[in-house]
Amino acid sequence: MRRRTLFRNKLLPFLLLAPQLAITIAFFFWPAGQAIYQSLLIEDPFGLRTEFVWLENFQIVLSNPLYLEAVRVTVIFSTAVTLLAMAPALLLAVMADQVIRGATGYRTLIVWPYAIAPAVAAVLWLFIFHPNIGTIGQGLRAMGFAWDYRLHGDQALVLTIFVSAWKQVSYNFLFFLAGLQSIPKTIIEAAAIDGASPMRRFWQVIFPLLSPTTFFLLVVNIIYSFFDTFGVIHAITQGGPGRATTTLMYRLYRDGWVNLDLGGSSAQSVILMAAVIGLTVIQFRYIERRVHY
Amino acid sequence: MPRFTSSFARALRTSLLASLLALFAIAHAQPTEIQMWYALTGALGEHTLEQVEDFNASQDQYRVVADFSGTYDETMVAAIAAFRAGTAPHIVQMFEVGTATMMYAEGAIKPVHELFAETGVPFDPDVFLPAVRGYYSLPDGRMMSMPFNSSTAVMWVNDDALEAAGIDPATVSLETWEEVREVARQVVDEGGADCGFSMAWPTWTQFEQFSAVHDIPLASLSNGLEGLGAEMLIDSDLHVQHVQNLIDMSAEGSFMYGGRGNAGDTLFVSGECAIVQGSSALIARVNREAEFDWTMHMLPYYEGTPNAPLNSIIGGASFWIMQGPDRSDEEWQGVAEFFAFLTTVEQAQKWHVDTGYLPIRFGIYEELEVEGFYDENPGLDIPYLQLTRGEATDNSRGLRLGNMPQIRAIIEEEFEIALEGQQSAEQAMNNAVERSNVVLRAFERANR
Repeated sequence: MRRRTLFRNKLLPFLLLAPQLAITIAFFFWPAGQAIYQSLLIEDPFGLRTEFVWLENFQIVLSNPLYLEAVRVTVIFSTAVTLLAMAPALLLAVMADQVIRGATGYRTLIVWPYAIAPAVAAVLWLFIFHPNIGTIGQGLRAMGFAWDYRLHGDQALVLTIFVSAWKQVSYNFLFFLAGLQSIPKTIIEAAAIDGASPMRRFWQVIFPLLSPTTFFLLVVNIIYSFFDTFGVIHAITQGGPGRATTTLMYRLYRDGWVNLDLGGSSAQSVILMAAVIGLTVIQFRYIERRVHY
Repeated sequence: MPRFTSSFARALRTSLLASLLALFAIAHAQPTEIQMWYALTGALGEHTLEQVEDFNASQDQYRVVADFSGTYDETMVAAIAAFRAGTAPHIVQMFEVGTATMMYAEGAIKPVHELFAETGVPFDPDVFLPAVRGYYSLPDGRMMSMPFNSSTAVMWVNDDALEAAGIDPATVSLETWEEVREVARQVVDEGGADCGFSMAWPTWTQFEQFSAVHDIPLASLSNGLEGLGAEMLIDSDLHVQHVQNLIDMSAEGSFMYGGRGNAGDTLFVSGECAIVQGSSALIARVNREAEFDWTMHMLPYYEGTPNAPLNSIIGGASFWIMQGPDRSDEEWQGVAEFFAFLTTVEQAQKWHVDTGYLPIRFGIYEELEVEGFYDENPGLDIPYLQLTRGEATDNSRGLRLGNMPQIRAIIEEEFEIALEGQQSAEQAMNNAVERSNVVLRAFERANR
């Protein structure tokens, strides 16, 4: 017979949950509810004249070809940021895992960029790649390459992707390293005795065993690339040139905070919220099946 | 009984009088506080505080408490959020493109003409330059906000760069766009600078100011001054020709795009660009940072344009009065006194001399001219002379378009896409008109 611990107190579990619930309600459900309500209104910025319009804001947003353009930019941006943030992090983690002398030193150095705020990271990269004041930017121009992210949309997109990914590599590295260190050495040794090459050991033993970490990071990185990259885009390109770096998040900010279109930007945030929830559900349903815990 | 009543009434009257007197004593001991939010940074912010301190020192009934509230955009959003929360300051500094948003926010603001009428503080709006006054007034002349820091767009020229390219800065003519393009090309070809020409605030300098100087409309209904139904008109031949000219200049290397907002300013003060169109308010930074000889020139025009060059329009910001719960007459009185103080020749002149912002009222320029101020500070009179050049028309009195920050961004977007070579100048202007009109209709709807 299994031994079970029984808590007789009915109130205790709720009390223990209460702080977390209070925070979730105050900082998630309440604002989310406000956004949904606001998305059904057309209002002047001061809130002096309010008109209830049902789903008209959604219709306006979704029928705007520029919104669909922002969807396209976001897909490219998020895919690239997620891949570029995760692949180098895995490579670095595998290499750091094998380092014996000075391991902490390497780790500290790799983790460093995570401590930098996105806007500051963007400004640092600006000093490197600005066509007029940046070292590499000036160098590229001197070599005859028409480097100017203020004018060329593709260059702007590449630059913002690099900065956003670079910032996230450290975070991913930490988790990959922890994941690698939790894989029992005996399994890897057994594979080695069986004659598996280092490459084969990595792809057939280590990588599958690392999959819970990879999956977790995939979800986190996609959410990061959707929401937390705002600071980078704002500091480097402000969505330009043209609309080359206007992601859904940046568009939402601009419509809400610069254009003061509260209804329209709320509708966008509701759509964005639905998209991220949808993506996460898909990931859990279809990708998690291949994850070995 | 009647006797009792009358003595009771007398006692009551006496005690009322006493408490009223006590109240007055308190009121005098404790100056009435006026909250003000400002958006100027660096030296300009310090000079703003000086004006406030001058007022506080000039009397002891009111005290203006000034707080920095972020950039112009941030201040606007913050003021709106504060109004919604019932905590708006009495006075907020709002950039010129926010004028339409504020003006139509009836109930959230208190018009300046109303403030002076109610408080009885003497005020004559006619002391302001017409270009300044018109920008912040209703079509019938009633003033809505208080002019403070007004600038206009000018052309900054790096004389050393011109000289290095074999051009004599003392005799060079930069009156027309044709001349500007020629000089910019020569500067780059002869190695005077890497970049011949650029601009800050692209929409403001290349479309808003451009339209006024060339006496062509930016939008219908006198650029929106006359109502909410305005439509953009920047797809005219001259606008398209201008964009094409800039595309050509970019292709030949004489124009380097510097980015949105004030990003182009850096290109001038760093010496990178020989000619940059930007705000006249850049002068404080140029004085501090530029390590070369420079001059200020008026904005150019295309040769043969009828009635050009006309006056330019203003930029900068004005003070808006915000409504809030529990505003007392005392507080309104204080706001009115403060505004009247800022408008005196003495204070407005100090502001102009300290910051390089325009002398916004009559009497300053004339006096400084006589004193020889502009001989000692050559160029400081250029913004004023440009602003008062010619007889202002419906195209050059100012503009009042709802959601103007959004329209500015739209025009910049389409302009950038054209510069990138992904659409023609004509397509860019057609797209800009179409998209801006959607924005204008949305504003009209929300403010109907």
